[in-house]
Amino acid sequence: MKDFEFHRPASIKDAVALVAGTSGAKYLAGGQSLLPVMKLDLAEPPALVSLARLPGLADIRVDGGTVAIGALCTHDQVARSADVAKAIPALAALASHIGDAQVRNRGTLGGSVAHADPAADYPAALLGLGATIVTDRGKHAADSYFKGLFETSLADGELVTAVHFPVPRRAAYAKFAHRASKYAVVGVFVAETAGGVRVAITGAGATVFRSAAMEAALTSSMTPGALDGITVPADDLNADAEASAEYRAHLIGVMAKRAVAALR
Amino acid sequence: MGNAQGIGAAVKRKEDRRFLVGRGQYTDDVTLPNQSFAVFVRSPYGHAKVNGVDAKAALAAPDVLAVLTGADVAADGLGGIPCGWLVKSKDGSNMVEPPHPALAQGKVRHVGDPVAMVIASTKAAAKAAAALVEVDYEPLPAAGLLANAIAPGAPQVWDEAPGNVCFDWHIGDPATTDAAFAKAAHVVELDLVNNRVAPNPMEPRAANGSFDGANDQYTLYTTSQNPHLTRLLLAAFTLKVPEHKLRVIAPDVGGGFGSKIFHYAEELLVLWASRRVGRPVKWTSDRMEAFLTDAHGRDHISNAKLALDADGKFLGLRVHTYAAMGAYLSTFAPAVPTYLYATLLSGPYDFPAIYAEVKAIFTNTVAVDAYRGAGRPEATYLLERLVEQAARQLGMDRVELRRKNLIRADQFPYQTQVALQYDIGDYQATLDLALAQGDYAGYPARAAASKANGKLRGFGMSTYIEACGIAPSALVGALGARAGLYEAANVRVHPTGSVTVFTGTHSHGQGHETTFAQLIADRLGVSTDQVEVVHGDTDRIPFGMGTYGSRSASVGGSAIVKALDKIVDKGKKIAAHLLEASVADVEFKDGQYRVVGTDRVKAFGEVAFAAYVPHNYPIETVEPGLEESAFYDPKNFTFPGGTHLVEVEIDPETGVVEVASVTIADDVGVIINPMIVDGQAHGGLAQGIGQALLEEAVYDAEGQLTNGTYMGYCMPRAADLPNFKVGNHVTACTHNPLGVKGVGEVGAIGVPPAVINAVLDALAPLGVTDISMPATPEKVWRAIQAARAGKGA
Amino acid sequence: MPKLTLSVNGQPRTIDCANATLLVEALREHLGLTGTHVGCDSSQCGACTVHVDGRSVKSCTMLAVEAEGAAITTIEGLAKGNDLHPMQAAFKEHHGLQCGFCTPGMVMSACDLAARNPAPSEGEVRHWLEGNLCRCTGYHNIVKAVRAGAGDMNGGK
Ligand SMILES: Cc1cc2nc3c(=O)[nH]c(=O)nc-3n(C[C@H](O)[C@H](O)[C@H](O)COP(=O)(O)OP(=O)(O)OC[C@H]3O[C@@H](n4cnc5c(N)ncnc54)[C@H](O)[C@@H]3O)c2cc1C
Ligand code: FES
Ligand code: FES
Repeated sequence: MKDFEFHRPASIKDAVALVAGTSGAKYLAGGQSLLPVMKLDLAEPPALVSLARLPGLADIRVDGGTVAIGALCTHDQVARSADVAKAIPALAALASHIGDAQVRNRGTLGGSVAHADPAADYPAALLGLGATIVTDRGKHAADSYFKGLFETSLADGELVTAVHFPVPRRAAYAKFAHRASKYAVVGVFVAETAGGVRVAITGAGATVFRSAAMEAALTSSMTPGALDGITVPADDLNADAEASAEYRAHLIGVMAKRAVAALR
Repeated sequence: MGNAQGIGAAVKRKEDRRFLVGRGQYTDDVTLPNQSFAVFVRSPYGHAKVNGVDAKAALAAPDVLAVLTGADVAADGLGGIPCGWLVKSKDGSNMVEPPHPALAQGKVRHVGDPVAMVIASTKAAAKAAAALVEVDYEPLPAAGLLANAIAPGAPQVWDEAPGNVCFDWHIGDPATTDAAFAKAAHVVELDLVNNRVAPNPMEPRAANGSFDGANDQYTLYTTSQNPHLTRLLLAAFTLKVPEHKLRVIAPDVGGGFGSKIFHYAEELLVLWASRRVGRPVKWTSDRMEAFLTDAHGRDHISNAKLALDADGKFLGLRVHTYAAMGAYLSTFAPAVPTYLYATLLSGPYDFPAIYAEVKAIFTNTVAVDAYRGAGRPEATYLLERLVEQAARQLGMDRVELRRKNLIRADQFPYQTQVALQYDIGDYQATLDLALAQGDYAGYPARAAASKANGKLRGFGMSTYIEACGIAPSALVGALGARAGLYEAANVRVHPTGSVTVFTGTHSHGQGHETTFAQLIADRLGVSTDQVEVVHGDTDRIPFGMGTYGSRSASVGGSAIVKALDKIVDKGKKIAAHLLEASVADVEFKDGQYRVVGTDRVKAFGEVAFAAYVPHNYPIETVEPGLEESAFYDPKNFTFPGGTHLVEVEIDPETGVVEVASVTIADDVGVIINPMIVDGQAHGGLAQGIGQALLEEAVYDAEGQLTNGTYMGYCMPRAADLPNFKVGNHVTACTHNPLGVKGVGEVGAIGVPPAVINAVLDALAPLGVTDISMPATPEKVWRAIQAARAGKGA
Repeated sequence: MPKLTLSVNGQPRTIDCANATLLVEALREHLGLTGTHVGCDSSQCGACTVHVDGRSVKSCTMLAVEAEGAAITTIEGLAKGNDLHPMQAAFKEHHGLQCGFCTPGMVMSACDLAARNPAPSEGEVRHWLEGNLCRCTGYHNIVKAVRAGAGDMNGGK
């Protein structure tokens, strides 16, 4: 790993200024995505700006119809939060299956959302629930946030401070984990929200996406059987040693049905 | 008193404490004064010409001490890495044995082949400088896969090996085998692939070499299963300095599974580099480097045919196997698919005729050599898939077909058609035990319950045999081994009666510090706390051949027993003197010398004390001191065997295979410590299940390893495995003093075909007839799809 | 080089190291605490697991500078003098280790589980150990040890 400057600012303003001040500087949250990449010399940022001392970013608040989770909340914190479990049990369950225990103790919601790994779990919840990504300078709707492979609508140096999840009537997440890496080969988040049924699929494409066909079918009947015969075309899906595009397409159908069966 | 900790007792391990408090000392934990660090520049190509190495920028980088290349290796006259076994082809010609320079000279032949070595005063500096070494490669066509290395017109790994053939070997009798097939009522045939796996001990390899110029003395710390063999090869072939100037220490070693048997180039290079730079040089592999440079295991393509009579009795077996060697011949590589594989093809069965041909093939990959089981898992997989297929094809019960063909207990010693003579066993007994412990009778109810849950349940089994403690030296010498396969021990009784045992075997998880102490406790009646077992240091131990092939108890333990015999005998003479009796009248039992039939006794400790304080002593006839050495050369292999049962549950929608239960019944001979024996079985099972369901080192045609990290290569985790039911039925080995056989590999040998047989059993109702290892979810799902489509069509 | 102050196994320590130093490197190379091991480069094997402020963390995937002011516990810090920590004792009692290389990480990880869940089921232990690889034991005895150790830590003894 190349050496770099290291900063631990105590305010959001300073953090943003520090990243803006050095070209290529990066925020460091839990480090569970950034450090593995740096260890392989695949990223060599000249400066890291730790978010660890920023105040107020590690809170979970449930407020009427919204669960607001601070960007620095670890996966473990979300998984074990009684408030989250009560309001959106699917979200707590999703967090409890990210990576492994040690990763969950460090990795953060904000880091996962900013990193936008195509095989990450949280993006499915964000898109499946129609969440809002709150930053130091504004808000992004999940529907227009995930742009492509590791690509989001965040501007350079924009800092995610929280994610607001609207509480759905019911939701569930079904994940088919990569046997070696534990990331999602396919993960399907199904939610019955105030705005209608939403189905978000992670792991299968360049970034998380919704299936209009499944949403339409589930809108007429929220049963696994309603998904019979509905397929997501394999053409644009990821293919790797773990799963071909065709298999992924098949798994999307299976995981979607399992999520529907598990709604609560 | 001693026997509470003697043979058969589940004594807790003496070595655990240091590991549990973080005070184990592994090679990378050793940092010497003035330590420097090495990083290797390795080929990114499967096959390429090296037109030049430009080290200028690297040499100019901060803290860099040296950059060494193949030219320096040649100039200093270092020897190539030798192969320890010469196999001859059918026609009597020697195998093709290409050169293996420690750093590439002219060509690289696999990804990871070392081209240059950068030494710097910090690891970070060495790594940074290594990135500055510029190598001019000219990529060549590569034979990355065994399947394409054997194809006509395949790229040549070595000019001197046409068709990439290293040797073309055979065993058995083709004529009687042909005759057997000619009269067969049924012939069952399978094409099988034994998947290439990476051994992955959790501790990556490391080596720390230091040269002391003042005394002309070399010391190597290395992650080795057999430091004496490493010293022998360094002395005789590679570094070429005499043994007395060379000390090899294998301290705590974090697992080996075969991969740390072999002499690797890095061991030579750190010693040599230390001489060049005048500082100790340490290299520690990272995990990606381990995937690319540790010798892999398996990688066979076979065709097998089984001839049966109308009643299902086996008449003959014919096997043709291609075995990958990789680009260079690793220490034991040629022996694995020959003397450790084809000689095991009779399995536990009574076969009147067998003929096997094995072609060893060079590929542009890292070497393939012994990995837990080494040859025996490949033989077992082939046989047990074939037997299962026969049962299905003939419509016979899988248990009854095996029962009919197992060698009966009254047939021992049993001479196979492939050279081995099994001394003893009771295969029916382990079969019965496994079926009882695994509640075979209750299987239909479990299958029905799975079905009710939407899952497909399958039952699979294997009855297997293996061979441990490869021996005797004279025989293996005749078969091409370039080393002996005996073991050495030294037992030093201290004046107060405590004991230090120096063993030539090496413990890297097997618990020798405990089991060998139990041998002493059992024999001398001292407590295991009074015994220290020393291993892994060529300066402290007379000699040794190390630990592999489950040889430590049967060969190393027997050497200790021989040394103990001498100790007890000498003690008898001393005791007789002290007791004023004749030697013939003195017996040794429960830690005491006693004049037979009297209550006149001398405790072992008193005798030991007299040996060192010989005031009242038979000094004319007996030397003072109580220390004995012994070498033990076994008369034969030992032959553990047993039955493994596996039940799987398959999710037909996703193809995910879950291992629902594993029940095994083994005969590993006399058990010294049942806790450790069970633990060895568990570990082997995990690796065997890993091979069957999860693991495969995947090269592409160009020789790129496509999944050489834990992100891609699927290691078995806790959640992938069930608890294991382990049972034992003991028949004592007839030709070693302990009656032990070996347990290190049984799990990895017996279980893979049981897993695959279970998967095929589960899928049989859908019409699936074949699946290869590892049976990944997608593979299973595709097999189901294909079968459904086939049925529909 | 920056100086960093932290507590390691209850003692205040100061380390001079580059920012790019991983916590595991600081522990092994700067403090000589070689009980914490490195088994991979992709943050998956868990051999490097230590506690940072009481939570199990892969020390190969955390910078030493991030540990400024934190309380680190390594495998060397568990036993009280000659007395093994209950989790260590359980690993010995149930033969939960063979070569010992994964063991420090396993024990540290298991302690974190036991602190949250005094009586984990077999399934819970297996799920929790997702981040720890062992090549020797097949996990059978590790699972036994962790369940027993969790009981002992929580007053079962
Ligand atoms: C072994 C292993 C297994 C894993 N398995 C899974 C899995 O199954 N599912 C899954 O979803 N993930 C998995 N992960 C990834 C893990 O969830 C990461 O924690 C997460 O992706 C990143 O969060 P972090 O806090 O660690 O971010 P970091 O690694 O610190 O940062 C990641 C990126 O986001 C940026 N960043 C961080 N925080 C912010 C912020 N607040 N605002 C703007 N930019 C920011 C950083 O600059 C960096 O570019 C795994 C990781 C490992 C090591
Ligand atoms: S060293 Fe493997 S996870 Fe840290
Ligand atoms: S005990 Fe060897 S890796 Fe776990």
